[in-house]
Amino acid sequence: MAKVDFAVAVGGAAGQGIATPGDILARIFVRRGLHVNAYNAYQSIIRGGHIFLILRASDERVNSMGDKIDALIPLDQDTMNRHLTHLRAGGACLFDAEKIKPGAPRDGVQMCALPVRELAGASKIPNVQNTIALGALMQMTGVPFEALEAAISAQFGKKSKGAAIVDENVAVARAGYEHAAAQFQPFSTSLPDTGKRYAFLEGNQALAMGGAAAGVKFYCAYPMSPSTGVLHWMAKNARKLGIMVRQVEDELGVINMAVGAGHAGCRAMCATSGGGFALMTEALGAASMMEIPVVAINVQRAGPATGVPTKTEQGDLWQAMGAGQGDYPRIIVAPTTIPDCFHTIPELFNLVDRFQCPGIVLSDLLLSEGRASMAPEEFDFNPEIDRGEIIGWGGNGNGDAPPVPEGGYKRFKFTESGVSPRALPGTPGYMHVAATDDHMENGILISDEFTHPHKRQAMHEKRMRKMEGVLPRIAPPKLFGPANAAVTLLGWGSTEGVIREACEKLAGEEGIVVNNLQIKWLVPLHGDHILSLLSKSKTTIIVENNYSGQFARYLRGETGFAAHGHIRKYDGEPFMPHHIVDGVKAILAGATKTYVPTHEHIV
Amino acid sequence: MESATTTAPVIEPKPLSPALTAKDFKGPVDPDWCPGCGDFGVLEALKQAVATCGLQPHEVVTISGIGCSSNLPGYVNAYGMHTLHGRAVAVACGVQLANHSLKVIVTGGDGDGYGIGFNHFIHCMRRNYDLTYVVMNNEIYGLTTGQCSPTSSKGMKTKSTPFGNVENPINPIALAIAGGATYVARGFSGNQKMLAELIKGGLQHRGFALIDVFSPCVTYNKDNTYQFFRPRVKDLAELGHNPTDFHKALDYAFMWGDTIPIGLFWKRDDLPSLDQSEPVLAEGGPLAHRPLGIDPAAARELIEELM
Repeated sequence: MAKVDFAVAVGGAAGQGIATPGDILARIFVRRGLHVNAYNAYQSIIRGGHIFLILRASDERVNSMGDKIDALIPLDQDTMNRHLTHLRAGGACLFDAEKIKPGAPRDGVQMCALPVRELAGASKIPNVQNTIALGALMQMTGVPFEALEAAISAQFGKKSKGAAIVDENVAVARAGYEHAAAQFQPFSTSLPDTGKRYAFLEGNQALAMGGAAAGVKFYCAYPMSPSTGVLHWMAKNARKLGIMVRQVEDELGVINMAVGAGHAGCRAMCATSGGGFALMTEALGAASMMEIPVVAINVQRAGPATGVPTKTEQGDLWQAMGAGQGDYPRIIVAPTTIPDCFHTIPELFNLVDRFQCPGIVLSDLLLSEGRASMAPEEFDFNPEIDRGEIIGWGGNGNGDAPPVPEGGYKRFKFTESGVSPRALPGTPGYMHVAATDDHMENGILISDEFTHPHKRQAMHEKRMRKMEGVLPRIAPPKLFGPANAAVTLLGWGSTEGVIREACEKLAGEEGIVVNNLQIKWLVPLHGDHILSLLSKSKTTIIVENNYSGQFARYLRGETGFAAHGHIRKYDGEPFMPHHIVDGVKAILAGATKTYVPTHEHIV
Repeated sequence: MESATTTAPVIEPKPLSPALTAKDFKGPVDPDWCPGCGDFGVLEALKQAVATCGLQPHEVVTISGIGCSSNLPGYVNAYGMHTLHGRAVAVACGVQLANHSLKVIVTGGDGDGYGIGFNHFIHCMRRNYDLTYVVMNNEIYGLTTGQCSPTSSKGMKTKSTPFGNVENPINPIALAIAGGATYVARGFSGNQKMLAELIKGGLQHRGFALIDVFSPCVTYNKDNTYQFFRPRVKDLAELGHNPTDFHKALDYAFMWGDTIPIGLFWKRDDLPSLDQSEPVLAEGGPLAHRPLGIDPAAARELIEELM
């Protein structure tokens, strides 16, 4: 069990500067060797509305935003009104006494009214109450002032007039710190320095950095929440890393440009959300038909249509599986954690290069815009690279190519594996056409003048055969937790953290032994393996962030397995651990087969 | 003591390739276009232009979308891509940036480029990608058996406008001049020699070159035939046009009637192409040929930024 488990919530309107104290706090935590998980509930508005950031720290890896709030910093009255009752007993609320009226908290909650005007003195820095509250909070959690000072320096030091901004923030933070020492009760446990140091990043950064580690040389995108963070990271680092980054006119252009770059020999990647992904689907089929490796990331948000742009959902599984007309080989993967976002991309590029087909990554807002700590040694910038079969491979197809075989080069040669060695444009002697029309081994079309059912059948089988080679190369899912559990919680992608935390809660607080089977590789699916694991499970409950049970239906289609119960959520907000705990209890009690929790935070 | 690592590797100079002719660019199959189709003339002009530019087949990529004319890459001995309807320009942009040592030619029809693919076309021009785009403009949808296209004239009767087209056509030349293309020409497949020269000029131009070609559809367009164009088309050079005169170029772009100008409308050489503007390509050769790994110091820096 973790010795420390501390959650801070900061809420206010967009434009009140919630991100900054969040970043400062996160930096303090990771520099004290505490793991962090952050979830920011926000809205599609630049100024106004309501933003609610929950930052949770622990000496062990933090799997989710958790169920409780220890400290609340409301920056406006609205936040006080919405969230004060979410503070646990023993928690504290730190607020600007001059601007915000305190509400009625639970018993045992400390209301820390900060005389902001008095503490700020002559300071004119914007959002001064944020910095004062940070100072007070750090005092109450036993963090030495120097740690806050260093984090403030790191936050503002690089700006123009940075030194002045740092000094002024440090001064008001100190005023808050000293005020708390004199006036407020400290928390019962303090935040220790474990001696370790972690990095802190959002899932989109992890996806982008995974791309850089994989050797992505071409990245393009059209801005779309919640995927735009990948573009921002790529654009910022493009020149340093030698990555061509383009913002394109639309997602049709994005995917087709990436396909072009992939064909020419670059590892090419793009990211979007469900709406943009819908525009990309035809070209994913085209990449498959032309046998071009390319990776498209769909960061899911609540749909359909424009939906709720700043809210999460796992609602695009069937869109990804049905992307594009016809049957075609492709790989679909849903990373399960933020570190897994990093590791998945190089792994996926090796597969799409080897099997010359598109790869689809299903992330979601929770994973991509959620943030987490990661140990520096977890970043592997030197992963294994397998570019598959490229003729004249001397770096990247720029070496000497062997003589063209008798009878000419067959780009789409029939092979047992279905994989045909590819020649990149520019390789002398190996000219061919890659067509989205179906074609013969030499690339000549069988769509128009030369249609031929036998040739079409043989080529279609060659392409589809590649999928048989993919399955043995991807890891089968593993059970987490005791083998002889009363309940198996089955999830896919981003819900791994919250499900595992629910498993611990169910065992610890309810005495129900639960394990978790989390599915990462969706297509191809280790169906037989999953079925053999689930056949030993007494009760299987599928947990997913969508309305219709998209994975449950897929699993049933692939394996015939029907789960005993379902926990589903489609209100735009991610699961909290107790939602799953309550669902398991309700389903075991026979109250329902499909449990839909109600989100308590109105955000 | 001499160390092997300090000795530069000996690079054998590549033997100069012999000059090629249009025949060397003949593809593995013959075109399946209708007899008399204007696209035959475009294909021949394109092969001539590529050969006279001294290019080798492996240095050229022809990229098309969908439509009768988009079958063209299959008829050329070069690298080729036959992409989706309307997407040729986008794919070509990706190929060009991934390997800017290649000569990338986009070929297609008016529906493909000016209809379904228009967004890529207009943005590609303002970005000045180094591409040569040859549009076989027959003012009709041929492969779908004769519906009106974005360039069909007002009043034209087609299968989708049986009572006459009530819409106005697009003016691709004016659009390209205003849209930022740095080489804008119009050819006629009935004048293959001039067309080959125009395409050659486009290939030699560093930047986005549009060559719109009147390429009559002998099956479905009974209005814009060879007989229609022959007496009307006039060489801009003979009309005394200076292709560096922007406003005159626009005036000629709108000229339509008894005289329809063909030739080079507009050209400017003072703007860098996108690959020239992009610092990532300034040194290190084509992206596709670069090693994949990240320098460990750079990797460390990326992690440090997050701590």
